[in-house]
Amino acid sequence: MATLEIKDLHVSVATDDGAKEILSGVDLTVRAGETHAIMGPNGSGKSTLSYAVAGHPKYEVTSGSITLDGEDVLAMSVDERARAGLFLAMQYPVEVPGVSTSNFLRTAATAVRGEAPKLRTWVKEVKESMKELDMDPAFAERSVNEGFSGGEKKRHEILQLALLNPKIAILDETDSGLDVDALRVVSDGVNRFKASGEAGVLLITHYTRILRHIKPDFVHVFAGGRIVESGGPELADVLEAEGYVKYAGAEAAGV
Amino acid sequence: MTASAQPAVQRDKSHSHGAVVPESSRAEWFTSYDVGAFEVPSGREEIWRFTPMKRLAGLHTGAAATGSVSVVVDAPAEVTAESVPRTDPRLGAGGVPADRVAAQAYSSFTEATVLTVAAEVRSPAPVLVTVTGPGAGKVAYGHLQIRAELYSEAVVVLDHRGSGVYADNVEFVLADGAKLTVVSIQDWADDAVHVSAQHARIGRDALLRHTVVTLGGDLVRVSPTAAFADRGGEVELNGLYFADAGQHFEHRTFVDHAVPNCTSNVVYKGALQGEGAHTVWIGDVLIRAAAEGTQTYELNRNLLLTDGSRADSVPNLEIETGEIAGAGHASATGRFDDEQLFYLQARGIPEDQARRLVVRGFFHELLMKIQVPEVRERLEAAIEAELEAVGV
Ligand SMILES: Nc1ncnc2c1ncn2[C@@H]1O[C@H](COP(=O)(O)OP(=O)(O)OP(=O)(O)O)[C@@H](O)[C@H]1O
Ligand SMILES: [Mg+2]
Repeated sequence: MATLEIKDLHVSVATDDGAKEILSGVDLTVRAGETHAIMGPNGSGKSTLSYAVAGHPKYEVTSGSITLDGEDVLAMSVDERARAGLFLAMQYPVEVPGVSTSNFLRTAATAVRGEAPKLRTWVKEVKESMKELDMDPAFAERSVNEGFSGGEKKRHEILQLALLNPKIAILDETDSGLDVDALRVVSDGVNRFKASGEAGVLLITHYTRILRHIKPDFVHVFAGGRIVESGGPELADVLEAEGYVKYAGAEAAGV
Repeated sequence: MTASAQPAVQRDKSHSHGAVVPESSRAEWFTSYDVGAFEVPSGREEIWRFTPMKRLAGLHTGAAATGSVSVVVDAPAEVTAESVPRTDPRLGAGGVPADRVAAQAYSSFTEATVLTVAAEVRSPAPVLVTVTGPGAGKVAYGHLQIRAELYSEAVVVLDHRGSGVYADNVEFVLADGAKLTVVSIQDWADDAVHVSAQHARIGRDALLRHTVVTLGGDLVRVSPTAAFADRGGEVELNGLYFADAGQHFEHRTFVDHAVPNCTSNVVYKGALQGEGAHTVWIGDVLIRAAAEGTQTYELNRNLLLTDGSRADSVPNLEIETGEIAGAGHASATGRFDDEQLFYLQARGIPEDQARRLVVRGFFHELLMKIQVPEVRERLEAAIEAELEAVGV
């Protein structure tokens, strides 16, 4: 059973005024079958955490460790991490002009699965996954994320989640920008992924509404670059009612 | 990504109060068929300042022809191919040389190739013109004219290959309603020097799709010029180039809007890799006072794949009338977009493969515009080979 273990993680970014620390000691363990929700004010470092796990070159890990089933994730390149079973649904998916979505999906699936999927079953697989996510098959012929609406980009992320079937998925604000119907469609997609019980989910969100569709086992409050409180699902309701004022200075209080 | 866009030069002659039109205005450019009418350029002139003059092999200082190119035309029966003497009265109708090397070529060629698509004829297959250089160390001049008569339709591929030094003029004369698609491929050997002035004269409601593809040669300088003879004309000037270490590829487009209601679209994209790879794109568009209802857009993008390469990009839009339908330009030169690479790698795609996907994607839009499948496939393979070469 897969385990992602983050220990005392410190992460900096380079700025014009030198390195700036954004994560200041994150400890978190996500096991297969578990769903963790992370909630916290804007700018507290939630996306930074997800990028650091995925290996974005902009974020430098200055100390601490990340392991997946005991393997040192920090020693892996970005693509090795993905092939090892980590997946990040991005808050702002990137447009790649001129690269068709179908080519992209097949190239990614080939890389992650270690062999090219058989063409006939692959086409069917993609079609069915798109249908489940209420995506027009025409998206397959468009350039990756180019001109997709915010909601369409998020569905495309979950489509990739379904096709790449990782061990641990980090979903960074996958719910933001979705209308009620899209939220349900996307949540159903995540729940199908979870259903095997063999995958772990780390869900970053500002809103409890997605947690009504995707039930978390644990809720963590993120503030000032680390987890400041952890609890069960009930913690989300407390946060919704009271905000983050309690956890951070007034400047970080806005949600 | 660093973006550089020069401000458009905007002038309204009615308000100029005797102001001096800048020397660089395309409207004031000198043109002549006669090489003697041009001074020998020093290299400091605006139109030569990017070109490494030492590598021109004397094309600008009067180098005499010491060889000749071979021109092989593979055309369907519907298209007439002739070899004509320089006195043929049809020659020169497409445009007049605007720099000394073009005038040198015009003054020096002995024989021209003329291709004619007769009125209302639609060429059933692409016309292939293969031009092979004079050989290493030799200098040659040439001339080609393509005539698309009333309402005719054709696709012409100019394929330049081989070694040596070559300067030429290519004319496209489009009668009213003609549709001509041209792909000019410069796939020269490493030693080759090619300076090509390509002139288009576009009739009423005629359409020219012109694509330049420059892949090989030591120094390649192509100057496509499009002028509208009457209303309703449309031109697409597309370009795709891939420069390796030490290569100088220069493309200077000029669209002259002198009549109303014409449309022009210029899209040039290049990739550079290796020490000393240098590309230049100069995109001049002139919208003269009479050219009301003009619609124009030009774009140049360059992708620097390695350190040590350099791309110059200068859009220049001169507008002399306020009554235009639309005018815009964009220019950007940058390295690989790290975010794109990250996104692809985060889906398990290894870095080298991700880079290739991004470069192919970068050129995709232009490749799709090339409607000749054989040519498109050849270019895709050439781009693939270029990427292979640096292990990108
Ligand atoms: N490249 C960078 N240069 C400077 N500061 C950065 C950089 N990247 C992130 N930061 C800063 O790090 C902090 C954390 O950003 P991050 O995106 O991780 O926050 P977040 O919790 O995901 O916020 P949100 O809820 O708005 O998505 C912010 O203050 C942000 O401005
Ligand atoms: Mg964020």
